[in-house]
Amino acid sequence: MNIVECADVKKTYQQGKIVVTALGGVSLSIEKGGFVALAGPSGSGKTTMLNIIGGLDSADSGRVTVNGSTLGKMNQSELASLRLHNIGFVFQAYNLIPVLSALENVEFVMLLQGVPPAERRERAKNILDDVGLEDTYNRRPAEMSGGQQQRVAVARAIVSDPAIVLADEPTANLDSKTGQGLLEMMKEMNEKKKVTFIFSTHDKMVMDYARRLVLIRDGLVAGDEIR
Amino acid sequence: MHFQLAWRNIWRNPKRTVVIMTAIIIGVWSMIFLGALMRGISDGMVRNGIATLTGHIQVHHKGYRNDPVVENSMIDPEVVKTAMERVLPAGAQWASRVRVNAVANNARHTAGVTFVGIDPAREARISFIGKAVTEGRYLRDDDKYGIVAGKALVDKFETKLGRKIIMMSQDTDREIASRAFRIVGIFEAEMQSTEKQFIFVTKTAAQHMLKLENGISEISIILPDQEGVKQVADNLRAAVPSADYEVQTWRELLPLITAYLAIYDGFMYIWFIVVFIAMGFGIVNTTLMAVFERIREFGLFKALGMKPRWIIKEVLAESFFILLIGTAIGNVLSFLSVFALSGNGIDLSALASGLEFAGMSRIIYPAIYSHDVIVANLVVFILGLLVSVYPAVKAARFTPVEALTHT
Ligand SMILES: Nc1ncnc2c1ncn2[C@@H]1O[C@H](COP(=O)(O)OP(=O)(O)O)[C@@H](O)[C@H]1O
Ligand SMILES: [Mg+2]
Repeated sequence: MNIVECADVKKTYQQGKIVVTALGGVSLSIEKGGFVALAGPSGSGKTTMLNIIGGLDSADSGRVTVNGSTLGKMNQSELASLRLHNIGFVFQAYNLIPVLSALENVEFVMLLQGVPPAERRERAKNILDDVGLEDTYNRRPAEMSGGQQQRVAVARAIVSDPAIVLADEPTANLDSKTGQGLLEMMKEMNEKKKVTFIFSTHDKMVMDYARRLVLIRDGLVAGDEIR
Repeated sequence: MHFQLAWRNIWRNPKRTVVIMTAIIIGVWSMIFLGALMRGISDGMVRNGIATLTGHIQVHHKGYRNDPVVENSMIDPEVVKTAMERVLPAGAQWASRVRVNAVANNARHTAGVTFVGIDPAREARISFIGKAVTEGRYLRDDDKYGIVAGKALVDKFETKLGRKIIMMSQDTDREIASRAFRIVGIFEAEMQSTEKQFIFVTKTAAQHMLKLENGISEISIILPDQEGVKQVADNLRAAVPSADYEVQTWRELLPLITAYLAIYDGFMYIWFIVVFIAMGFGIVNTTLMAVFERIREFGLFKALGMKPRWIIKEVLAESFFILLIGTAIGNVLSFLSVFALSGNGIDLSALASGLEFAGMSRIIYPAIYSHDVIVANLVVFILGLLVSVYPAVKAARFTPVEALTHT
C-alpha cells in the first residue's frame, strides 16, 4: 500500500520578474514503511517536493495524496491537523523550540494532540531512550550538540507514530560521522517501528543508507532505484 | 506547558521585558497614585465644604436661601424638631443657628460678615468651629456678649482678644439692631475667606439682638453615614410642611463643589486613557519585536501542526504575564506611596492663597477609591491584551514556508 501518491505535480515560483519552475511534473508513489531518499543537487526541487507532501506548500497542479487524504481539497486548518497527526518533520536546522528542554520539545507535539500529561512524559522518555538520549532529557537546545539536536528532532517526529516522517537534508549541518550516526538511528527506527521516512540529500554517503533512491534533476524525477 | 512556554519566552530578552514592565509599573502607579491625590483634593474640598457650616442636610424656612433675611426665619422650629426625631437615623447630629448678614465694625474698620448665633455644645459636634479656636476660648452658653471671630478678620481690624466689635443688622421690626460684643476667642480655618466671613455668638445673644425670640435661620444636620444623605433628606422633606420649609442636601447647597466632583470623575478617566495610550504603544512595539525575532519559530509551530488560534493564545499569554507582573507591582507601589503619605498628607500651605482660590485644602490626604483602582487595572489589563492581539495575529499569519526560510 502506498502512503504517498504524487501525480504530475507542478510548482513554479515567481522570483521578481522571472518565473522559476521548481517542479515540472513529478509523479511518485512511496510505499508504507519505506526508507526513501530524494537525491539531487542544490536547487533541483527536493525541498519543494517535501514541503508539498507535508502540506506546508501547495502544488500549482497535479494531485497529492497522503495516507488516503487528498491535500489539494483541504483548508489550512485541516492541513494543520493532518501535519499534527500524520506527518513528522525534521528540518536541516533550528528544529527545536529554544526555551523547552529535550523532553519538553518531544512532549510538545503530544500536548497539541491532547495526550494526557503522564502518558506524554512516559512516551517522550521512551523515545529519547530509543534515539540514545537518555542523559539529555533536561537540556535545552543551546546546551546540546548539533547531532543531539537532530536526534531530538527525529524523536519528536516519530513519537506519535505518524504515517510519514519528512526530513529535509537532516545531516547537512553535521560532520560526516555524526551524520552517519543519525542515519543509522533513523534506519533503526524505520525497521523497529515501521515508520516511513522520506529524506532529501545531495550527499553521496547519505544516499547509500536509502533502500530506495529517487533522483531529482531540475524539478523532474530522473531516476528511481531500489537497493 | 503553554504557560511555561510563554513564561520562559518573556525571559529570553530580560532587558526588553524589564523595560516594558517598568513602563507598565509607572503607568499603573501614576494612574492609581495621582488618581488618589486627585480624590484626596476633591475629598478635602467636600469635607471642608461640609464642615464650614453646611453639614449634610440643611433645613430652612421657605425663601431663606434666596433672601437670607431675618423675616425668613423659622419662627417655631418645633415641628422640624419633631420630624427630625422621627426620621433621623441613630447617631445623627444636628444644631440650629441664627444666621444673618451683618456689618462688623470697630473704631478703625468696617466689614460685611455672616453673623452666626450658635448653640455651642451642639454646634461643636457638627461643624469646624468646635475645634477651630486657637486663641482665647470657644463660646459658652452663658456668653451674652462674647464673640468668636476669625484670625484674618481680627488682623484686618487690627484688634485682639478682649477688645470690642460692634455688630449691626436688621431686626425683625426692620430696625437696625446693633450691639457691642467682646472678643473671647479667635479661630483659624482651612481658608482665610472662612476666617473673614464668619463671626460667632451664642444663639440666645443673636436672638435677643435681632428680637427673634425662639426663631432660627437654619438647622444643619450631620449623618453618621454620608451614603444615606439623599434618602434621609427625602424622608425629612416628606415629614415637614412643604409650604413652610425647605430641605436640601450638601450637593444642592454646594453646587460648585458638586460640579467639580463631576469634572474630576471625567478628568480621571481621561487621565487613565492618556497614560494607557503611551503605555499601549510600548506594549505593541515590544510584542511586535518579540514576534518578528521569532518568525522561524512560529513557522516551526505551524509545521508541527499548531493552529493559528493556538499561536495567538501563546503570544497573548506572554503579554498576559508581562501585564500581570507590571500591574501587580504598580499596584503595590502606589498603595505604598499612598500609605506613606496618609499620615501627614502633602502640605501645600506655601501655596495656600492660590489653592484657596480653587477651594482646595492646605493639606492633601491621598484617598484610594476601590472603584478607581479597579478601573485603572481593568484599563491596563483589557486594553493591554487587546493591543497585543495585533502582533499575535501577525505571528499566526506567517505561512510555514516563508517563516522557515526566514533567516
Ligand atoms: N519561496 C521561493 N521563492 C522563489 N523561488 C523558490 C522558492 N523556493 C524555491 N525556489 C526555487 O525553486 C527551485 C527549487 O528549490 P528547492 O526546492 O529549494 O531545491 P533544493 O531543496 O533541491 O535545493 C530553486 O530554483 C529555487 O530557487
Ligand atoms: Mg533544499
